[in-house]
Amino acid sequence: MNTPAAPSAPAPVNLARRALIRRRHRFNTAMTVVSLAMTAAVLMTLGAILVTLFYNGIQAIRPSLFLESTPPPGSEGGLANAIFGSLVMTSIAVAIAAPVGIMAGTYLAEYARTSKLAETVRFINDVLLSAPSIIIGLFVYGVIVLSMGHFSAWAGIAALAIIAIPIIVRTTEDMLTLVPDSLREAGAALGTPRWKVITSISYRAAFQGIMTGVLLAVARVSGETAPLLFTALNNQFWSTDLNAPMANLPVVIFQFAMSPYEDWRRLAWGGALLITTAVLMLNIIARLSAKGKRA
Amino acid sequence: MTDTTQRPARRSPIQFGDPLFKGLTFFFAMLVLAILTGIVSVLIIDSIPAFKEFGPAFVWNSRWSPALDIYGAFVPLIGTIETALIAMLIGVPFSFGMAFFLTEMCPHWLRQPIAVAIELLAAVPSIIYGIWGLFVLVPIFQNYVEPALISTLGPLPIIGHLFQGPPIGIGVLLAGIILALMILPFVTSVMREVFAAVPAVLRESAYGLGATRWEVVWRVVLPYSRVGVVGAIMLGLGRALGETMAVTFVIGNAHRLSLSLLAPGTTISATLANEFTEADSPLYTSSLIALGLVLFALTFFVLAVGKKLLLRTPATGGRT
Repeated sequence: MNTPAAPSAPAPVNLARRALIRRRHRFNTAMTVVSLAMTAAVLMTLGAILVTLFYNGIQAIRPSLFLESTPPPGSEGGLANAIFGSLVMTSIAVAIAAPVGIMAGTYLAEYARTSKLAETVRFINDVLLSAPSIIIGLFVYGVIVLSMGHFSAWAGIAALAIIAIPIIVRTTEDMLTLVPDSLREAGAALGTPRWKVITSISYRAAFQGIMTGVLLAVARVSGETAPLLFTALNNQFWSTDLNAPMANLPVVIFQFAMSPYEDWRRLAWGGALLITTAVLMLNIIARLSAKGKRA
Repeated sequence: MTDTTQRPARRSPIQFGDPLFKGLTFFFAMLVLAILTGIVSVLIIDSIPAFKEFGPAFVWNSRWSPALDIYGAFVPLIGTIETALIAMLIGVPFSFGMAFFLTEMCPHWLRQPIAVAIELLAAVPSIIYGIWGLFVLVPIFQNYVEPALISTLGPLPIIGHLFQGPPIGIGVLLAGIILALMILPFVTSVMREVFAAVPAVLRESAYGLGATRWEVVWRVVLPYSRVGVVGAIMLGLGRALGETMAVTFVIGNAHRLSLSLLAPGTTISATLANEFTEADSPLYTSSLIALGLVLFALTFFVLAVGKKLLLRTPATGGRT
């Protein structure tokens, strides 16, 4: 900037000052470059993960992947039973978790709000939200698998539902809090009972947001591996019996990727691509619908 | 007189719905508490046999021998902490750099796409990071990175001990790096939100005084949001401690205490994932559940602290 020359200070001070400024700017440039390089490096690495995943996964995508069940080592096959198992367990788990989570979130946002109890529930819910999922597997093992005496799809569903509930509670609460109180008051002024205000005003206003939460829960649950390892286990064959172990994509990917057989590893890549595509699609859909709401 | 005529009319089923609905929502909210209570009590009850047999020494006993039915949590516990620390040492500076870039430097039109991309990457299941680490990073580490580390850092005093042994790729160091990659998107997006919540006035005043970009972030934005930043780091640490699949693929599952970061090791979650279904004695199962209890206590503490810190900032940023 061409500001008029400041009253001239003694020369030595000026020099020291200039050196300081130069040093500060040099440091600033250095840190700027470092952070730029870090961002580039991370984005490139993460991009590389997606590219290798796509490159390796696409080679496994063929009709048999969706039509045949997991093969014994050394022979051709697909992932049909695992895809089916994942779909079934994920959808039942979210179908159970959605009403539970929405109701609990409703209690927090509509009734309890800032009460001590609500704070506690909120805090516990947040801890559950990021608790290690393998612990939830252990819990379900202790409660369901031990008492039933065998691994089963039901146990896997229970574990996935417990993972999904906190996500839905959180988003439901957040979305209901965004609904302005004047809407509720308007309803109440017409003599509408509270439950009716909630179900036909609050829910309607927050519908898209709540659905976003449910979608995000589906996305999160469909990639979970650890809690299924000792609940639903795995099954080599096509099975629709929820009382028996059931194949599912994440556990199959784990077992096949760790195996020494080339065919199995290829299937593992194929499964990984399927899961990632599904999870990213769900996230993008959730994001788009949430954006439409906010605008 | 109006009283007596109105009473029956007010007792309509519509009025009855209110306590019912409230009760229902209350019940499900309590269910959330019940789940946590259930988890804690099941873990404690099922790990009693292990603690009865080994006492509190279970936690610091380094012996893990299914053949002799002797179990101690020390090796997996150290492995858990070690890998999580490596992840944080790498992940935190990178997250900070990225958040710095995104909030201060990035051109506006590029900000949203990068932020969204990072948030999407945070949603990628951890098994994907694991499988990528196993098939892509292990060979690279085995052939290039680890030999280089051994020849350059290996001969140094003190830190040289961390880089000894054959370069086999699989090991504690690689597990830590995969973990770092996995928590990076998450920590970055929380940090970015915390930074973005710093009032623009503060930032602009600092720029107005002639501060450089770095000085604004280091001396104004960071001090203002330090509580939230620590919260973000704690949440990342909580994830790193409990992460299973990304680690299980690449850590090698060896119950051996080794100073070298290049040696295979194990973490609590990797031990659980690898051994739980193979546990054939009740004591073995109970010891594994006791491991789970130790892990839960550790992560609960870290997550609770992280949550508390994030709640205290105006920007809760806690969209985990």
